[in-house]
Amino acid sequence: MEDISLHLLDLAQNSISAGASLVEIFIVEDTHKGQMIVTLRDNGHGMDESQVKRVTDPFFTTRNTRRVGLGIPLFQASAEATGGQMYIKSCMGRGTEIKAVFYTTHIDCLPLGRIDDTILSLILLNPEIDFVYSHKKQDKHFLLDTRQIREVLGQVSIENPSVIEWIRKYLSDGLEEINGGV
Amino acid sequence: MKSLQELEQIKQKTLDSVSLRKDRAGGIRIVVGMGTCGIAAGARPVLMSFLEEVQKRNLRDVTITQTGCIGVCRLEPMVEVTRPGEEKVTYVKMTAEKAKRVISEHIVNGKIVNEYTIGAAE
Repeated sequence: MEDISLHLLDLAQNSISAGASLVEIFIVEDTHKGQMIVTLRDNGHGMDESQVKRVTDPFFTTRNTRRVGLGIPLFQASAEATGGQMYIKSCMGRGTEIKAVFYTTHIDCLPLGRIDDTILSLILLNPEIDFVYSHKKQDKHFLLDTRQIREVLGQVSIENPSVIEWIRKYLSDGLEEINGGV
Repeated sequence: MKSLQELEQIKQKTLDSVSLRKDRAGGIRIVVGMGTCGIAAGARPVLMSFLEEVQKRNLRDVTITQTGCIGVCRLEPMVEVTRPGEEKVTYVKMTAEKAKRVISEHIVNGKIVNEYTIGAAE
């Protein structure tokens, strides 16, 4: 994976496969500490303890078609390459939370990348699922919650082209703002 | 900064337009492979390019969806296009640029871009 936003797009696919109706992505950047904490939380069917232990093994997958699953091991490797760590918490029937700490000053730290494209892709491709994207950088905070958007929209679909265009601009404006208005 | 008030206006406008309840079931489907392999190979810019073109050209009967890994990871990013009443066409090793051509030639004009298909690659 070229950047962290692509990892998140990939990891969210696991949440979707797990039947999640809500997927939350939290990013907290602390530029003074040179640290970025990335969390992905879902309300999918979760995993039992033995599954949680095995998901970091590339030769473990829930699919029946092939015997390799690389998403989580790759994400873990990207975090560990910076001296950081990845944690997984899961509860059967409740959901899963994956959290990773990246040390952004480390030479091997991947850039965050186009997180706005990741969020827009997820919303566009999964109109029946709700997404929360919360991004904090120092004292600035950007939040997108599709439940809020749906509330405003009423009977209008979130897939409506004008709505998708609004979300795209909302994301890029919001990110520009927390990144210091570039 | 975009605001939720603006979203409210979009809602009103959409409700006023007649095309709101148009049934999209009979339309063209674009399916992008979004497995780990697809994403790592560059599926997201391909998806973004399709979205941009669909929005720009105002193609209302096109639905973009996703699928997981379909087992030919070395040919990712892969995209399947299905036009109503026609057989599915699988495009391989896609890029944002190729997506634009697929839109203008296949989606809009109904002419398959043979050189990008899985048949041409194999």
